[in-house]
Amino acid sequence: MGLMDYFRSTRHKGSASVAKERLQILVAHDRSERHRPSYLPKLQREILEVIRKYVEVDMSSVSVNYEQEDSREILELNIILPEAAQTRA
Amino acid sequence: MGRTIVVTSGKGGVGKTTTSAAFAMGLAQRGHRSVVIDFDVGLRNLDLIMGCERRVVYDFVNVINGEANLNQALIRDKRCDNLYILPASQTRDKEALTKEGVGKVLDELSKTSDYVICDSPAGIEHGAHMAMYYADDALVVTNPEVSSVRDSDRMLGILASRSRRAENNAEPIREYLLLTRYAAERVERGEMLSVEDVHEILSLDLLGVIPESKSVLNASNSGVPVILDVESDAGQAYGDMVARYLGEEVPHRFLGVQKRGFFSRIFGG
Repeated sequence: MGLMDYFRSTRHKGSASVAKERLQILVAHDRSERHRPSYLPKLQREILEVIRKYVEVDMSSVSVNYEQEDSREILELNIILPEAAQTRA
Repeated sequence: MGRTIVVTSGKGGVGKTTTSAAFAMGLAQRGHRSVVIDFDVGLRNLDLIMGCERRVVYDFVNVINGEANLNQALIRDKRCDNLYILPASQTRDKEALTKEGVGKVLDELSKTSDYVICDSPAGIEHGAHMAMYYADDALVVTNPEVSSVRDSDRMLGILASRSRRAENNAEPIREYLLLTRYAAERVERGEMLSVEDVHEILSLDLLGVIPESKSVLNASNSGVPVILDVESDAGQAYGDMVARYLGEEVPHRFLGVQKRGFFSRIFGG
């Protein structure tokens, strides 16, 4: 590593470091999208429809998150209920 | 059974055809019977880069449609007896490459060849999908530039999910990174992503780094694969890359501006 550090320190900070940072963020995002099951958007829509039978919520109040760690998959649902409208049913 | 290798990138203009021509010629020169196929239906260019454009009679689509057999369509290279070229057709119907048809041709070729190199068109449409579908190995050609790196990463996702090997749950495609149009002096000034940067982002086996070189245009102007220009840096870099693909340990060259040897010490082992 010492050699690499020495090399890096002699380099002027140019646009390449910006490119690298942007790419790292972008590629990480692309990769997480890639591993998502394709049914997620439909799932989100249908959950929203069910909730709407009881409470008035909009699309942005339901978030569906999918994460994969080694051997397990986590599907996280987050529904924000409006404060005053919890008793429609 | 020969190995089928796709040369792919996602982005256009990064050097897929230049690489396909050089790689196929390099393998053939080392005694391996090789066929290089142009999958860019409608925009054929490989025959031009290989310098055999005036010898094209039948093409890939003719073979798939049964209008010619493989032996009629294959063009034997005049400089190397082990090398054959299967040109793309000029037809505008991109669907002419059927999955079954391509599979049949590749199957037949891999019985008689050591290596079948598939020169993919740019993009992620049908032609590119057909070029990678049957691959055993993939050479991902990338320029040290943001859109090329991103497209390469997307292509890696496609290789991992939509190839025959992925669909059959077989051993995954072996993926290699080839960095092309590398300008060491711009990297040194911090203006261009370095080989370590790209390697870190894509985390792929680095098969070679081809320096930005005037010899590439000179070679394509005259229809000679650049690997035959043994005096040139790009030609030598392609030669190294072929040796590495065949399992030889060759240190990376042309990575620094002067002969400082930093890169070779880092990547040489």
